[in-house]
Amino acid sequence: MPDKHGRFGNFGGQFVPETVMPALLELEESYARLKNDEAFKEELSFYLREYAGRPTKLYFAKNLTEHYGRGRIYLKREDLLHTGAHKINNAIGQAILARRMGKKKIVAETGAGQHGVACATVAALFGLECRVYMGKEDIERQSLNVFRMRLLGTEVFPVTSGTGTLKDATSEAIRYWVTNVGDTHYIIGSVVGPHPYPMIVRDFQKVIGEEVKEQIMNLNIEKLKYIVACVGGGSNAMGIFYSFRNDKDIIKIGVEAAGKGVTTTEHAASLTKGRPGVLHGAFSYLLQDDDGQIIEPYSISAGLDYPGVGPEHSFFKDSGKVEYKAVTDEEALEAFKRLARIEGIIPALESSHALAYLEEIMPKTQVDESVIICLSGRGDKDVDMAVKVMGGL
Amino acid sequence: MSNLSEKLQGLKASGRKGLVVYLTAGYPDYKATLETALAMEEEGADVIEIGIPFSDPIADGPVIQKAATLALKAGATTTKSIELIKEIRKASTIPLVVMTYVNSILGYGMEKFITSFAQAGINGIIVPDLPLEESGLLEDLCKEQGIDLIQLIAPTSTKDRIDRIAKKAEGFLYCVSNTGVTGGQHANYEQIGSVIESARQVADIPMAIGFGIGTPEGALAAARYADAVIVGSAILEKLAHEGIDGVRGLVRAICVQLDKESGRYEDSSKSR
Ligand SMILES: Cc1ncc(COP(=O)(O)O)c(C=O)c1O
Repeated sequence: MPDKHGRFGNFGGQFVPETVMPALLELEESYARLKNDEAFKEELSFYLREYAGRPTKLYFAKNLTEHYGRGRIYLKREDLLHTGAHKINNAIGQAILARRMGKKKIVAETGAGQHGVACATVAALFGLECRVYMGKEDIERQSLNVFRMRLLGTEVFPVTSGTGTLKDATSEAIRYWVTNVGDTHYIIGSVVGPHPYPMIVRDFQKVIGEEVKEQIMNLNIEKLKYIVACVGGGSNAMGIFYSFRNDKDIIKIGVEAAGKGVTTTEHAASLTKGRPGVLHGAFSYLLQDDDGQIIEPYSISAGLDYPGVGPEHSFFKDSGKVEYKAVTDEEALEAFKRLARIEGIIPALESSHALAYLEEIMPKTQVDESVIICLSGRGDKDVDMAVKVMGGL
Repeated sequence: MSNLSEKLQGLKASGRKGLVVYLTAGYPDYKATLETALAMEEEGADVIEIGIPFSDPIADGPVIQKAATLALKAGATTTKSIELIKEIRKASTIPLVVMTYVNSILGYGMEKFITSFAQAGINGIIVPDLPLEESGLLEDLCKEQGIDLIQLIAPTSTKDRIDRIAKKAEGFLYCVSNTGVTGGQHANYEQIGSVIESARQVADIPMAIGFGIGTPEGALAAARYADAVIVGSAILEKLAHEGIDGVRGLVRAICVQLDKESGRYEDSSKSR
């Protein structure tokens, strides 16, 4: 848990303009009250189960296991959720929260478009007015999701400042929220932002790990050695790691985007290469120069193309609870293709980063040891991009 | 009392409304920032606020965002901005306030940032993303260096927050005119006006209204509720389109209006 100032160790906090402080305090208070409210919990679990499709399977990937010739690989199938990624867990939770706080409008940022689609979806479901900010570059590389959001009745606003990616979209969503804080709830898409957001998003995502814990027992998985998830802002990773954070025998690995390589300037590996600073309201690892200017990140995957990371991950890094690694565009694309060909599952490019790390750990895995990968989303949205870079297959 | 609040309190005592003007350091280049700052003092500005360009200014609207982006593209750095302050200080004793985001401070090194700017000659510092809850980060350091850590209140601030913020206030209290970012328009000054009234119950400190004030008329309307007004985006726009002379004209026109409000000066631009 964060302390009363929203700190995980040194990380986190509330570095925001005074204008939105009262709204953050109201959110904190409402959430503290609602999270133990039986009716709220029931409504949340109803929609997660009946609408989103929880629980998701923990699938034994037999073919992939045979491919590596050792260990046992399981996939946590968040890709099978309604809208195609784990982002819907948070969107449903926060939409219900917004409604109970009497807010009829929501604003969100999106990178890959999965969080935007999830918000547009719950807005349609609950009759909320929704606007989504999305970088111009991301609008181009994730055009399918832009169309989905518009079809769902959400207005999508292109953001051209900076490199026109997730960081800039987040800044713009915050600016809109600052201006319209009276009637609008901001649904941040990952475990980032000012307190209480990292805690709230984590709480709505931790269902992933809670289910895994149960599934491990039901499937008689005895020697679980690794849990691996990709890290953009870090919500799917936090979601699956959280229940295991104190399990010393299980190695948790968060995989960041190394883009063209962590030795180049074109990557998004905040934990691997950054140093702590403040972006979007929280103190956390950050890609920045000597003057504290944010360095524009790069990744082929829009959802990982972010210069910061959730503060609790920074805490997990420094306290050694989780290991953080990075894989390149190229390695992710190989894994993308591999899963499609071997298992008949097209993963999101984000999730492909986690899958790519199997190359590293499988040789170190014993025959009777298991590995769980968080398959955070499906890859339909990435097909255009993949065809472009892989040259028509 | 700091010389920042001394200056504004002095104006208040004489019945005059103060004018705080904003420039982005290094926009369009450092020479222009220096010349414009001094020109604004000549035209009657009372306090100069220098913005340190930051890559991701969440409290700023399009005009200041763009100025920051262009300044950074043109090679602005924190070290050069410290030099700029020294240059202004060589030529003038006008109160100088730096406006900077918290990561500019942390990235450069907190102690190094505050001491370098203090030694260069600033009187106060505004950090728009450092609310009451986080201001402990800089309080001791600013006190040690003898500069005012300027607090902000907004139309959304609750009574309890207004009290706590006003009690901490140093230099002046920065009163944000509307819920929004810098450069916005259609400010409803009545709302912040009542927030200011609450703050006055708690603290005897000059109140300055900022955000969205861009014309002499707007300045006059805002000044009714406060001791000073802060003008930023409009000055940068003038600078971009009409150069220093345009800025001089705007500052002079605002001063004339403000002095009308005080009702004491016939030819205000000379008496300032
Ligand atoms: C499928 C998928 N996985 C992962 C991410 C990265 O976000 P996070 O690190 O918060 O899970 C995204 C973000 O858009 C995504 O769409």
